[in-house]
This record gives sequence, C-alpha cells and structure tokens, in this order.
Amino acid sequence: MEELQTIQNTAFDEIDKTTSLLSLDDVRVQYLGKKGVISAQMKTLGAMPADDRPVAGARINRVRDAVTIALDEKRKQLEAAVELSSLEREAIDVTAPGRKSHVAGLHPVTRTLDRLNRLFSSLGYEVATGPEIEDDWHNFEALNIPSHHPARAMHDTFYFQDGRVLRTHTSPVQIRTMMTQEPPIRILAPGRVYRCDHDLTHTPMFHQIEGLVVDRDISFADLKGTIVTFLNRFFEADLEVRFRPSYFPFTEPSAEVDVQCVMCKGAGCRVCSNTGWLEVMGCGMVHPKVFEHTGMDTSVFTGFAFGMGVERLAMLRYGVGDLRLFFENDLQFLNQFHG
Amino acid sequence: MKISISWLRSLCPTDISVDETISRLTMAGLEVDGMEPASTDFHGIVVGEILAVSPHPKADKLHVCNVDDGSQTVQIVCGAANVRVGLKVPLAKVGGQVASGVEIKQSEIRGIESNGMLCGADELGLSSEQTGLMELPEDLSAGTDFADTLGLPDTIIEVDLTPNRGDCLSVTGLARELSVLTETVFREVLILPVASETDTQVHVTLSAKSGCPSYVGRVIHGVDVSRPTPLWMSERLRRSGIRSIDAVVDITNYVMLELGQPMHAFDLLQLKGGIEVRFSRVGESIRLLDGKELILSDDVLVIADQERALALAGIMGGEFSGISEETTSVFLESAYFNPLTIAGKARRFGLHTDASARFERGVDWRLSEHACERATRLMLDICGGKPGPVVVTQDEESLPAVTEVILTERRISQQLRITLAPERVHNILSSLGFGVERIEKGYRCVVPSWRFDISIEQDLIEELARIYGYNNLPTSLPAQALSMASVPEAITRVSRLKSYLVDQGIQEAITYSFVDPAVQKILGDGHPGVSLANPIASNMSEMRRSLLPGLVEAVRYNVNRQASSIRLFETGQCFVECNGGLDQSERLGIALYGQSTALHFSGSRGIDFFDLKGFIDELSMMNGGVSLQWEPGAHPSMAPGQTACIRKGGLVLGVVGRLHPRLSRELDLPKPLYLADLALSSLTEGQVTAFKEISRYPRVNRDLAILVSEAVEWQAVLDVIIEVGDRRIGEVELFDIYRGPGVADGYKSLALSIKIQDLEATLEDVAVQVLVDEVVSRLQSRLGAELRS
Repeated sequence: MEELQTIQNTAFDEIDKTTSLLSLDDVRVQYLGKKGVISAQMKTLGAMPADDRPVAGARINRVRDAVTIALDEKRKQLEAAVELSSLEREAIDVTAPGRKSHVAGLHPVTRTLDRLNRLFSSLGYEVATGPEIEDDWHNFEALNIPSHHPARAMHDTFYFQDGRVLRTHTSPVQIRTMMTQEPPIRILAPGRVYRCDHDLTHTPMFHQIEGLVVDRDISFADLKGTIVTFLNRFFEADLEVRFRPSYFPFTEPSAEVDVQCVMCKGAGCRVCSNTGWLEVMGCGMVHPKVFEHTGMDTSVFTGFAFGMGVERLAMLRYGVGDLRLFFENDLQFLNQFHG
Repeated sequence: MKISISWLRSLCPTDISVDETISRLTMAGLEVDGMEPASTDFHGIVVGEILAVSPHPKADKLHVCNVDDGSQTVQIVCGAANVRVGLKVPLAKVGGQVASGVEIKQSEIRGIESNGMLCGADELGLSSEQTGLMELPEDLSAGTDFADTLGLPDTIIEVDLTPNRGDCLSVTGLARELSVLTETVFREVLILPVASETDTQVHVTLSAKSGCPSYVGRVIHGVDVSRPTPLWMSERLRRSGIRSIDAVVDITNYVMLELGQPMHAFDLLQLKGGIEVRFSRVGESIRLLDGKELILSDDVLVIADQERALALAGIMGGEFSGISEETTSVFLESAYFNPLTIAGKARRFGLHTDASARFERGVDWRLSEHACERATRLMLDICGGKPGPVVVTQDEESLPAVTEVILTERRISQQLRITLAPERVHNILSSLGFGVERIEKGYRCVVPSWRFDISIEQDLIEELARIYGYNNLPTSLPAQALSMASVPEAITRVSRLKSYLVDQGIQEAITYSFVDPAVQKILGDGHPGVSLANPIASNMSEMRRSLLPGLVEAVRYNVNRQASSIRLFETGQCFVECNGGLDQSERLGIALYGQSTALHFSGSRGIDFFDLKGFIDELSMMNGGVSLQWEPGAHPSMAPGQTACIRKGGLVLGVVGRLHPRLSRELDLPKPLYLADLALSSLTEGQVTAFKEISRYPRVNRDLAILVSEAVEWQAVLDVIIEVGDRRIGEVELFDIYRGPGVADGYKSLALSIKIQDLEATLEDVAVQVLVDEVVSRLQSRLGAELRS
C-alpha cells in the first residue's frame, strides 16, 4: 500500500524535475511502459487472493491515471515553453516599415476637375467633351466672335496651316452640345485649352471648365445663385461673392465673378493684391446670336454659361503660388496630392 | 486708359471720394485696375520770377540770380541754360522739398550764397526728361503756390476697358457714366462753332465710302507752332500718359482724350492737290511719323493726296505731311472710319496707337464736326491763326444707321427677376444717352451714336442691370424637373482606371500637348505630328501623336532631380492624321522607371516588362473587359525582343516595351525605362456580369513541367490547352520558367499549374489522369513538348 503511494510520489517528483520533452518520455516509459513500474505492480495482482484483487487493481489504476494526467500536463507545459522560445527567436521589429505599393495621386488639376464634376453633377449637370483642334467656326464664329472682332485680340490663338486652331476655350463644346441636344441642357465641359502666351503667370496650355444651362425661363438670378452656391461649396467656406459687368461676345449680360480672398478672407494680402477680392470666373446669359447659330429657339429658351480656369482654382484651393508647377511634373510637387 | 480724377470731376462734379469713384466705375463694368498720385510728394514750391541774372565769378556754367518769391527777393545760384530775366519758374524755397525727397537748405555754391532752388519739371517729378528750368506762364504772379497752380494733389486712375466700351475711351465718356452712377449732373464740354475767316479749303474725295463715310476737314492759316502748350493742357496730357510734342499735336491729342475723337493735323503746304480717302494699292509704300516704312497690300485705308499715301487712316500719320517747326498752315482732319475697315490693321503692322484703339472699337460717328470746332477753338487760342470753313464730306448711305431697340417689360422681369418703374427705366437709359419712348408694355430706345455695342434687347437688359447694380439683383437656383441620369454599367469609367493606376503607385502627370519635333521624331512611330503655324517656341511646335514624348521628358525631369523610382501615367488627346482626317482620340501612356517595389529591407527589385504588362492586363480586364492579345512587336524607339504589340479583337491598341538602350543613353537615363502607349477607349469597354453556375464539387490542381524549344511562346502553350476544349479545365498558370542544368541548350522548362473541376461530379483520379494525359499528348504533338520527370 505504502509502496504504491511512494511510487506515485516519486513519479510526480520526477515529472516535476523534467525539463525536456525527451526526458519526459523516458519518465513515461519508466512508469507506464510495458516493463514500467506500474505495469510491474499490475503483475503482482496475480499473486493476491481473488477477493483482494478488485480493490488493489482499482488502487493501481488510480495511480496510473494520476501519473498519466501529470505527464500530459507537463508535456503541454514543455511544448508551450518550446513554442514560446521559438517565437522569441522569431520576434520582429514591428516598427520596421511595411511592404507598400506607395499609393500615388491624381494630378491636382484632375483632382480639382473631379470635385467640380461631383459638385455640379449633384445639380444634374453631365460632362461633355470636344476636340482640342477646332475649326474657326466652333471656336469663334458660332460664339459671336467674327474674324475682325476686337475680342479676337483677347485670345492669343495658336493656328494650323489649314486655318484650324487649338481651341482657346472650352466654349466650342457648348456649340457642339446645343447642335445635338434638345433643352433642358445642363452640361459641364472640362478640358485643355491653349493660348499663345508664356510667362510667369501664363502657360500656353491650361484647363478650363465651362457650364451651360439652357431651359425655359432661365434668368440672371439663376446664374447668380448657381455661382454663389458653387463657390461656397468649392472653397468650403462662407465667402462673399460679387458680380461685375464685363464683356464676352457669347454672353449678354456678361459678368466677371470675384470671390472674397480665400487666403486673407478679404483683409487684403499678396495673393489678392490687397484688394480683398479674387477674380475667379466669367459668366453671363447666352447671347441670342449663339442661340441663332445653333438653331435654338430664342423665343422659348434662355440660358446661362460660366467658365473658369482650373489651375487658378487649384492654386487658390491648395495655396500653390506658381502656375508653372502644374506642368513640370516634378514628383515632389505631384506627390503632395496623395490619392 | 489713364485719366486724372480732377479732369473727370471737371465734367462730373461729384463729391464722392477717389476710392468710391474707382469702386463705382469698376462695379459698372469699367474696371479701374490701377491708381497713382499725379505727382510725387513735393512741397514748399512757389512761382518765382527771375529779376536779375549775373555770371558766377568762379564757374562758367553757373549763374547768380535774384528771384522774387512773392514776399522777398532771394539770391539763388542756378546752372540751367535757359535761365533769363523775366522768366517765371518753380522755386523751391529753403525748407521746401523736391521730388527726390531732398530738402532745400541755405547753402554756398562755390563761394556764393544760395537761398533756394530753381526747378526743372524733372526735379518736380513732372517729366522724365531734363529740359532745363520749367518755364511757367507769364500771367502767374510770383509767390503763388505751385501745387495749387497745377491742381495738385490729384490722382491718376487707369481704366481697363473691355473691347465693347470704346465710348469710354475719353473723359467725356467716363464722366457720362460716372454721372449716371452717382446721379450727378453731367457737364458736357461747351463747344461753339468758330466762324471762318478765310475761304481756303481742301477738296476731299471719298473713294472708299464704306471705310470712310464721313470726313471733316478744316484749314487754319497763320498758325504759330512755336507757341508753348499751356501748362493746364500739358499737365492733363501728362496725367493721361501722353508726352507733349508741340502745341498743334498736343491739341489733337487733347481733343481725342477729351471727346474721344482721334484727329490728325497735316502741314497744308505739303499736301499736293486734294485729299483722297482710298484703299492702298498693292506695293504702295508709306513712311510713317515714327520713321518706319511700310509696304501695303490693297486693303489698307489710307489718306492720300494726288501724289502719295500720306497717312494710314485711323492708325498713324505719315512723315512727309506731319507738322514741323516750319509749319504755318494746318489742315485738320476729323473723320469717321468704319471699325471693320480699321480692325486688324494696327495688329498687322504692330502699330497699336491711341487712334487705332478708338477707331477699331468705334468712334461716335456724329462727333467729327463737333471735335473739329473744339480743336479750332483751342488752336486759335494757343497758336493763333485764321480758320477756313468746316468742310464736311459725307456719304449718308454709308454712315451707320440709327439703331432702335424695343425693350419689353416682360424681358426685364424674366431675365432680372425685378420690376422696374417706368420712370426708373427712362432715367437710366436717357441719362446714358438713349432716346426713350414709352410704348405698350415696353420702350422704344434709340441707341446713341457712340454706343456700338447696343443692338438687341439683351444689350439694354445689361445696361439696366449694370446701373441697377449686379449685386443688388436677386439670386435663385434654376427650377428644374428632376430627371435621373443613365449609368451605363458596361463602360468602365476613366476615373476607375485612373484610381487603379494611382493605387498601384503610378502618379498622374499632365504634359503639354505640343512637343519638340526632334523628341517626337526619336520617340515616335516614324511619322511627324501636325505642326502649329505660330508655335511659342520651336520645341513646342508639333502636336503629340502619342503620350510618350511628354512622359519621357517628365521621367528625365525627375531623374535629373534624383528621383530613383518614377512611375507616371497620363491620359489625353493625341493628334494623328489618317486618311486625310485627323484622329483626336484619348490615349493612355504609362512610364515605369527604377524600382518595381519600393526599397524594402526584405528585398526589392528593378522594374521589368512584366510589371507593366500586369498593370495593363488588369486595366483591360477591369469591369468584365476581355483580355488583350500580346504579340512580339517592333517600334523604332523600343528595344527589339522586349516590345509587344497589343491587340483587342482585331484592333491594334498600342505598343508596350522597353525604351531602346541606345535612346536611354542618349537621354541620360541610366536604368531601363518601360513605356506603354494605348488607345484609352478600348480599355473602357467592360461588360455587365452574366452569372455562371458555380461547381459544388472539389477542385483538383495538377502541376506539370514540360520541356519546349525556346521558340515556343507561352501563348502557344496556352492556346493548345484551350484547344483541348474540355470545359473542366479552368485556370492555367505559368509558375516557373527554367533554363540551366538538366535542360538542353535551346530549350526551356515551363512549370504550369492547371485547375480542373467538374460541375456535376467529384473527379476521380483516373479521370483527372486521362485529362492530363490528353493535354500532355497534345502539347507533344503540336509543340514538340516533353514531359519532364
């Protein structure tokens, strides 16, 4: 009896002292193996009186079970320790950089155009496009700028030998749209335009976006409301907007639009030449001559159009001081407009 | 146009401030884009009278003068050549300050005491030329404050007029506007006819009646050209930026600024026979006032005598007939020239003059006679002389017609969303010079002869809006019927393609659409682009045929700025002549240079062809698009063997490849540059997903390694497997290409993985083996492939 208890205690001791899975297995064989200590105890049962055997057998089984459980637990402990030490060896520096494809960005002009599209598409405008090499009729004549018109001097035009031009504005898209679509028309025409002018504040190519609305009963008030709402949404600020009479051959009445300087909020700064105002776009009611050229019934329909320079808006929005940066494609510049 | 506030106020006596004046004009569409003081800040200057002049004992060029400053006689040393007794000049008293900011102190000049300074116009900031002492009119009395005499301080404003407002290129025009805007009286210049004193006249023939329907001329005899231009006139001219020449020319310029009528004065003695206004003859030459000689074509309106063309009508006078010191008799011209005839000519000859700026925009066609009388009066007052009769030569039929425009109340309320009382409409329009008559539900308006920009009802709407104030008009948003936009799902939005590229670390660039022909030649397909007739520079003279020239330049720009990994794309129109037409469709260009993956401690590698191919295949298959066909291709600027021609269906989409190493060296690009140039429209063709049944049964992967000759392309292997035509075969992937020990020269080992799956049953091993055997035997028979053990 005492012997069994001693066996169990010794086994527990040895299991406890074991430090590796290998020596743990030796202990298992020593006690539970066919020739092990506990198996040897089982063999003593045969020499016992038959009546004593069940009780003695049960006692041996209990010891065997206890040792088995102890072995299992120890094995789990040792396995966990092994895994832990291997994980410790595999430890990484979590502050080291991850593998990235370094998401790039859209050009700030595209980014700005996308925003303009989204703003106006919420009002039902759809994007329209047209060719950049245009004929004289679409770029000038149809827009009420005949060949000797002084306004042609406002457009420093690039010409081709055959008389075609690089479009000087996106307004020819108005003409193309009105000739193929019936009112109500609500379009936005973004794109590249060209002027023969190259200095600190002019690049020979830049982007314009133009809006056109033609419907029954469109008024100057509608134009003003559209522009004011747009500028406040675009700059995400409550800015004062003012309209100044101006002149474009394809609109009448015409207006230049000034917005309160987005940099100094009207206090006066370098960007607004201390006027507190920034000239940002031109607009007006579609000139009846333009309607005539496109076969629109002027007794039924009226409309408005507006146009603006995209780089100018981007410069004001992002605080870019030099227009030329837009076309140098310096990654140090472009990378700042992260996707 | 520059004009001084004091001159403006002499015709429109408003008491609003200068700032307010500028604001009112600007907000009425007459943009004031500059202002400056009319003089520098001098003070302590009075009119001095030189009483005595004696030579300086120690300096030949200096004089010692006694000058009356109004209260005492002071001694002043002066070095000016025109110093003389009796002359009245600006005198800077001790304690006073001249334009340079220097304060005048009592001093000794070479031993002689000097108590002040006699000034030239330049020293007072009134002229940029040094012409000795400024000679003041004799009738000024000594001691009078000099600034008061000149009407200083004064402000000069610069008005930047839109091309439709030629009528405001005069003080009269601007004052009329300002008086309407400020509701101030408009004091028009009072002009009375000057009676003739001689009968001399010059006969005028109008041979180009549409170009010049009206010509007013007048002879003035006995003119003294040497008489000085009065101070008030030369000051007004100066403040308008016009230099004083001589009294006669100054008077014509003055009338132009005052009334808006450009005038010309001929030396009568130089005119041979009468005047003819005609078109130039081919090859005819003219020497202009500025000494320039022009050879004319047959479409330039000229003023000629019987011998030669004397002046370019409405632009500039000629040298032969100009006013000179010898001139004693003057022939004054005040004409109306048709804007269409003048337009473009000044530009053609590079002669933008004050006259051409006005005639191009339109000069009041009823003003000529009036202006002639005004100039005559000034001429007699200043230079003396006897005028002949005013001779008006006119072709009534060719003169502009009086325009009448009907303005309806309905239009006012529809366009502006306001209701204007009839009195208000009448007031606004009549004060602008319109004849206004009330008719039923509207107005009949007669357009004044100086307004060339008013011909339709909308023009009048603008006039009302302008004066009412654009910013006082109501605002609203257009009322519109709700409509739903169409959203075509099979078309991949370009913004989606761009987002993909951006997410792959490829930055969008925007380059000029015109490129260097030399660069396009070496990077192009061998054809030149469309050339601009008037490029801004020779390296920006040809329209791009592809996006490659611009992108390569952008890569170089960044390589030169130490960028090591450059990934750029651009979309935009390219311009390709084909079959007599011009294709302007959008293309997509990609340029990859340097590292494929960003530098990373786990390793990284350089960009290669397959990086670029992967991006393009993914773009093409986005949104259900079909895959592209890649074939070995050739391109003059790309490396042979690393160039592919891409097709979709039968259509060539573009080219992808590595820039030829020779060009890389020429362009100073040390690492390989991979380029793609593709038609964008084909990449946007997707399709709406049509669901296919999915299999519920397990899928089997079989890996094979086959030996094929080097000449066998992967596409051929793929085609053979597809040809087997068993729908249980799914994706086939190439996961290794091996050359080296165990593989004979001229051969390569391809390791591929085939996915096999049945829709209706679990695949038995035997069935899979039969299928794989079939694939292998096909590869064997078609491509000579051998299975590697």
